[in-house]
Amino acid sequence: MVDIPYDRIADIPPAEVPDVELYHPRSWWTRYVFSQDAKVIAIQYALTASAIGLVALVLSWLMRLQLGFPGTFSFIDPNQYLQLITMHGMIMVIYLLTALFLGGFGNYLIPLMVGARDMVFPYVNMLSYWVYLLAVLVLASTFFVPGGPTGAGWTLYPPQAILSGTPGQDWGIILMMSSLILFIIGFTMGGLNYVVTVLQARTRGMTLMRLPLTVWGIFTATVMALLAFPALFVASVMLLLDRLLGTSFFMPSLVEMGQLSKYGGGSPLLFQHLFWFFGHPEVYIVALPAFGIVSDLISTHARKNIFGYRMMVWAIVAIGALSFLVWAHHMYVSGMFPQFGYFFATTTLIIAIPTAIKVYNWVLTLWRGDIHLRVPMLFALGFIITFVNGGLTGLFLGNVVVDVPLSDTMFVVAHFHMVMGVAPIMVVLGAIYHWYPKVTGRMLNDVLGKFHFWVTFLGAYLIFFPMHYLGLLGVPRRYFELGDAAFIPPSAHSLNAFISVVALTVGFSQMVFLFNLAWSLFKGKASGGNPWRATTLEWQTPETPPGHGNWGKELPVVYRWAYDYSVPGAEEDFIPQNQPPRATQVVQGAAS
Amino acid sequence: MAETALTHPAEAPGRLPGWRGIAADWASDQRAFKNVSWGKAMMWIFLLSDTFIFSCFLLSYMTARMSTTVPWPNPSEVFALNFAGKQIPLILIAIMTFILISSSGTMAMAVNFGYRRDRVRTSALMLVTAAFGATFVGMQAFEWTKLIIEGVRPWGNPWGAAQFGASFFMITGFHGTHVTIGVIFLIAIARKVLRGDFDVERRGFFTSRKGYYEIVEIMGLYWHFVDLVWVFIFALFYLW
Repeated sequence: MVDIPYDRIADIPPAEVPDVELYHPRSWWTRYVFSQDAKVIAIQYALTASAIGLVALVLSWLMRLQLGFPGTFSFIDPNQYLQLITMHGMIMVIYLLTALFLGGFGNYLIPLMVGARDMVFPYVNMLSYWVYLLAVLVLASTFFVPGGPTGAGWTLYPPQAILSGTPGQDWGIILMMSSLILFIIGFTMGGLNYVVTVLQARTRGMTLMRLPLTVWGIFTATVMALLAFPALFVASVMLLLDRLLGTSFFMPSLVEMGQLSKYGGGSPLLFQHLFWFFGHPEVYIVALPAFGIVSDLISTHARKNIFGYRMMVWAIVAIGALSFLVWAHHMYVSGMFPQFGYFFATTTLIIAIPTAIKVYNWVLTLWRGDIHLRVPMLFALGFIITFVNGGLTGLFLGNVVVDVPLSDTMFVVAHFHMVMGVAPIMVVLGAIYHWYPKVTGRMLNDVLGKFHFWVTFLGAYLIFFPMHYLGLLGVPRRYFELGDAAFIPPSAHSLNAFISVVALTVGFSQMVFLFNLAWSLFKGKASGGNPWRATTLEWQTPETPPGHGNWGKELPVVYRWAYDYSVPGAEEDFIPQNQPPRATQVVQGAAS
Repeated sequence: MAETALTHPAEAPGRLPGWRGIAADWASDQRAFKNVSWGKAMMWIFLLSDTFIFSCFLLSYMTARMSTTVPWPNPSEVFALNFAGKQIPLILIAIMTFILISSSGTMAMAVNFGYRRDRVRTSALMLVTAAFGATFVGMQAFEWTKLIIEGVRPWGNPWGAAQFGASFFMITGFHGTHVTIGVIFLIAIARKVLRGDFDVERRGFFTSRKGYYEIVEIMGLYWHFVDLVWVFIFALFYLW
């Protein structure tokens, strides 16, 4: 009998932190609707985000119909096309991905993974969801107001965002700004909870360096969001004042509809600086949780410890910090002082280093692993490939001289859809397949899952690879139709039609996934508590799905890091984080 | 809410020197900040986030002021009051600043008495703080009224750049909102202190959690932050 070695550095006497006082719901309403339980709030967040995300998916179908078959669909006019673009982008980036990763996965996984009974302030956490829901409703209401939603593009650049002639100038832009302000208020309430829970409410033995990378990713992204959303908040307030009160923060004097407008002396560039000071970190607010989750999926399904855990953590933190220094690489062509471009190009390319470290570490984790090609693993592998793809085109766009000709072409569209559209969505889907058994106690159907993966993965490539080519040809983004231009060959038009057909196919194949979610809820195979034989705490709960308070009478005690897979000499190929060292007995000679 | 941690990080085996030691301390068991309760940690992080909001407001205002081609109205003249036939520059702002800084003093004393469990003095000092805050907001309302009568609007003013009025109303309005929220919470907490909620561990109406005297200190953190922000607004808007 030999003890399995474990990391003793953090073997500090335990803090005597008293157990948490839990809020106990007394009625159906406070249990399932106005619930203060992070797990219920997480599901509420996830369902709301998915619902509005489906709206955005339908908007993208309409856009593809117009682009692929211009002139065929009379119900889409140029104004509506701009509205489709705007709402698709804004919903996908903020109301779906940010809310789903932080509000959904964050709420569900953080307390379980750090061994807490709930978030630190459940009441504030509940308010966070309801304010988010209000923001979503305000956003959705813009579809029904006179003039419709704003068509300013998801970046909402003034002056055109609030000038007449831009669709949604009367109501859409006002409600969009109000919705963003509400979203930020709601997010702040949730975000403070996530950060404090990770920092101050971990269970005994759970040092920061034993946290699963999922928690590290969500935690860092939340800290970034708390520091980046203020810039969007301020920009929204100021743009709202420009529109409602006639201030001129962002509005230069210009001629509007043949008449000199009432505005004058403002700086449109100021908005862009504020917007991208939020907007670039936002990319990593979406990407870092994906990085974290994918690390855990790969490690679990390759039955191997994550390669270079410490480097992975520092890479997440470094990416988070660096992403605040790169915002103006979105503004190379916007009339900023040109030599700023050198600085921002340099910082942009430096981010490639920690990102590359992460990609190498994922690949090295896979190397000689016992890889199980289960659905979550397929999506994780799909993420790595897609992310590398999108990241490499990011190197093109990060360089000023290469970016200038590629700006505002389909190349940019292809780049950011690869890197922050498809790649995080791959992780979202993989994570749903991975944690669905914990949330519901049932497995998702495997055959439907594999079908879903292959259609989504191959389809994404068929959609976005040709877009790079279109961009290199010079096909502009945001155009309602291409018309007859000498530099656009006829093949580009047929390529557009091809992309549209694939996009619609992939879009409809998501219905298979929705069916799978609903069907498995009732008919899925019972999963048991730990179907993937994973080490992290959420799989060690006494009940599945975890009950109120997550853990029974006693909080778990953590003895090891989250990645004890295939430890030589251990009986099983995984050792849960809460397994005491003495209980892990080694069968002598098993390894020889 | 968990009571302030009772942690006394004893001599841990194998303390590491230098930066590795700092990182190890931060990453250590259960709590990154020992002896810091959840509520206090949350308020600090919120204030960090709020700092970014005010910074963005002030930087935007400074950008507008520096880039405008029209002259910026002279704050010393705009914010002058006529006392006994003499124009005294910034006199109202000076009094407002003095009042707000004084309120920080009474708040600090309230925190002190809070930890001594002196219910009456704590709540009295908190109410004094709230009164100072309300006075500040009242004087701000007076200042707004005066400027509006003189023709200052968010979209223009008689003396120069339109961004003057826009920035002024936006920034002082946002700060004034913070002070007003602070006053409301000060009164609510003062009432709880006076009623002895924190001695009998009465549960909150909304959260149904027990409260602790520490909430006075957390309230103080917010209040001092709002005062500190005012110092920056005073320096960057009025004195520039």
